[in-house]
Amino acid sequence: MTNDTSKRDPFHRRVLESKAGLFAVLTTVAISIGGIVEIVPMFTAAAGPERATWVTPYTPLEVAGRDIYIREGCYVCHSQMVRPMRAELLRYGEWSRAAEYQYDHPFLLGSRRIGPDLQRVGGKYPDAWHYEHMRDPRSMTPGSVMPAYAWLLERHVDPEDVRASLRALRGTGVPYTDEDIDGAAASMQAQANDIVARLAQQNITAAPDLEIVALTAYLQRLGQDGRKAIQAGLTAPSQAQ
Amino acid sequence: MNNTTPVRVDESVYDDDIVRKFFVATVLWGVVGMLLGVLIALQLAWWPANLGLPWTTFGRLRPLHTNAVIFAFAGNICFAGIYYSMQRLLKTRMYSDTMSHIHFWGWQLIIVAAAITLPLGLTQSKEYAELIWPIDVAITVVWVVFAVNFFGTIAIRKVKHLYVAIWFYMSFVITIAVLHIVNSLAVPATLTRSYPVYAGLTDALVQWWYGHNAVGFFLTTPFLGLMYYFLPRAAERPVYSYRLSIVHFWALVFLYIWTGPHHLLYSALPDWAQTLGMVFSIMLLAPSWGGMLNGLLTLRGAWDRVRTDPVLKFMVVAVSFYGMSTFEGPMMAIRGVNGLAHYTNWVIGHVHSGALGWVGMITFGILYWLVPRLWKRDLAYPGWATTHFWLATIGIVLYTVSMWAAGLMEGLMWRAVSDQGTLANPAFMDIVNQLHPFFWLRLVGGVLYLTGVLMMSWNFIRTVSGPGLQVQPASVPATS
Repeated sequence: MTNDTSKRDPFHRRVLESKAGLFAVLTTVAISIGGIVEIVPMFTAAAGPERATWVTPYTPLEVAGRDIYIREGCYVCHSQMVRPMRAELLRYGEWSRAAEYQYDHPFLLGSRRIGPDLQRVGGKYPDAWHYEHMRDPRSMTPGSVMPAYAWLLERHVDPEDVRASLRALRGTGVPYTDEDIDGAAASMQAQANDIVARLAQQNITAAPDLEIVALTAYLQRLGQDGRKAIQAGLTAPSQAQ
Repeated sequence: MNNTTPVRVDESVYDDDIVRKFFVATVLWGVVGMLLGVLIALQLAWWPANLGLPWTTFGRLRPLHTNAVIFAFAGNICFAGIYYSMQRLLKTRMYSDTMSHIHFWGWQLIIVAAAITLPLGLTQSKEYAELIWPIDVAITVVWVVFAVNFFGTIAIRKVKHLYVAIWFYMSFVITIAVLHIVNSLAVPATLTRSYPVYAGLTDALVQWWYGHNAVGFFLTTPFLGLMYYFLPRAAERPVYSYRLSIVHFWALVFLYIWTGPHHLLYSALPDWAQTLGMVFSIMLLAPSWGGMLNGLLTLRGAWDRVRTDPVLKFMVVAVSFYGMSTFEGPMMAIRGVNGLAHYTNWVIGHVHSGALGWVGMITFGILYWLVPRLWKRDLAYPGWATTHFWLATIGIVLYTVSMWAAGLMEGLMWRAVSDQGTLANPAFMDIVNQLHPFFWLRLVGGVLYLTGVLMMSWNFIRTVSGPGLQVQPASVPATS
């Protein structure tokens, strides 16, 4: 290495910009500060997102449905975040509370509303609506630009696969017990049978292990814990702007 | 660029084979990524283009489009430009040819893996970090190889002072490693599925800290480094202000990292974090424009050549779009503006003014500048470069203007409330129906842009496979 910087060069040129190691360290410091200041407090109760006891983890069938929601990229076009604004409250319902997401791994807030927000879609439509809507979106919503998801009406969910998901989710901190994981198949069967029964009332025949049943279970769960807690006055005083 | 005694090095010392490889990959993946963009734009305008197959739906192809354009197209040109320029700036061959090749083939393999897994629905769902955990591990390994090769080359350099381009490359190498590792921490359930260790809004914050800095440190800082090398070379003028480059470098890398929470305004993320994200986003305007001004003012005294040299045309428009989208970004991060813009097509327009305008245009400028130097041949169809420039520019204008209009309309129609206090547009579909003309217009813009890229690709194929003229290139020939 030839020493081609003269003594008259300014300090930053002679030292900082000629010593690569020091430059790399200082760059690392510069790009670390913002992230540390913003992210670390998230893990504290005082400065992080609120948690609440009125939220319960997703059931095994809902976890299976959520995995399908992720697989199909539903979050690409649908948000799950009702903002505290007048028009959003009118269109979608209660604004989203922090605690409602506390068992969401990953979060699914979305970044685009090609279709409507789904935070409060749970309970908005009957199960049969979701079944028909996935088979052919335009049968329920004329003019919709959503693709049809007919394969959800044919593919099956494997309970073993769901148990693997539950175990991993427990690893991230979701409080599933051994009984929850061992009893996943039975729990899925019971919840799916209810949905299948409701579909049957609308003259739709569906096997309980179909993906559409799991996805319906997840969609019908969305926003329900929050809605009940808000109605019961369990949520913290309004942060609404 | 360096006012000290120049070190003379024979050009044959440098490894240009690796640069040619990354060059070809840039063009190839650019075509693939933009073709996907056109397809998903068509899917929004005309839903049957989803083809009724699981693998080709919008929800699965949109992440493939973003990954292809960011990590394959933009990534490969960054590597091509870095390998070309850092060898020359540091007057040395790369530290390890083996590492260069592991980096190249590893990166292409990762892209192929992405192109297979994403259509199969194998995804982690976090934007620009969708790839499943085994691919994340591969990315980490390849990045470490790149970093060792990068810092190794700096260690064996023949000039002491590090030119400003190297600073920007360094921030790219370091920050992407930090972002990727922290955001990808997850508990695997199976070989193809995992769940992030962070929950809910914390996961959202970590993701957007990553996501916005993928914009900052994958699509901005390495490209500013490329600008600092290739723009002065193409313009044959020294960089306007060394002092400005120091100030805007340090300010940019320090401020950028704070801006992520502007993606979560009006969410239930704690207010203090939202406000920090907004305030730092606004401050970011200053160092961004520092870079833009330093680029544009470098052309002082060379503006007459912009009229004739397509390389400079691309670069000038690129830097102008950089300035424009870094003005628009801070504005959209203001809480009130974000309330209107968030979740609308305006965001898509903003992203593409940066991606098509800044990243795309500077890439084309660099490619046209490099091709005669890497292959020692004159461009087969010099006039096509100017045609490409105009197709791309008109394409961007149609794209961004249609998306701005669509986004504003959506935002206003979503929030409109009647005198009776009810929604003016209660049916969401009524608003979607209004978007169709803009979706088609956007598609036209995208097709024009892609047509330009296809012309460039054919031009390069004809150039490289054409007769070996062995012409010593001065610059890309003027078209006139």
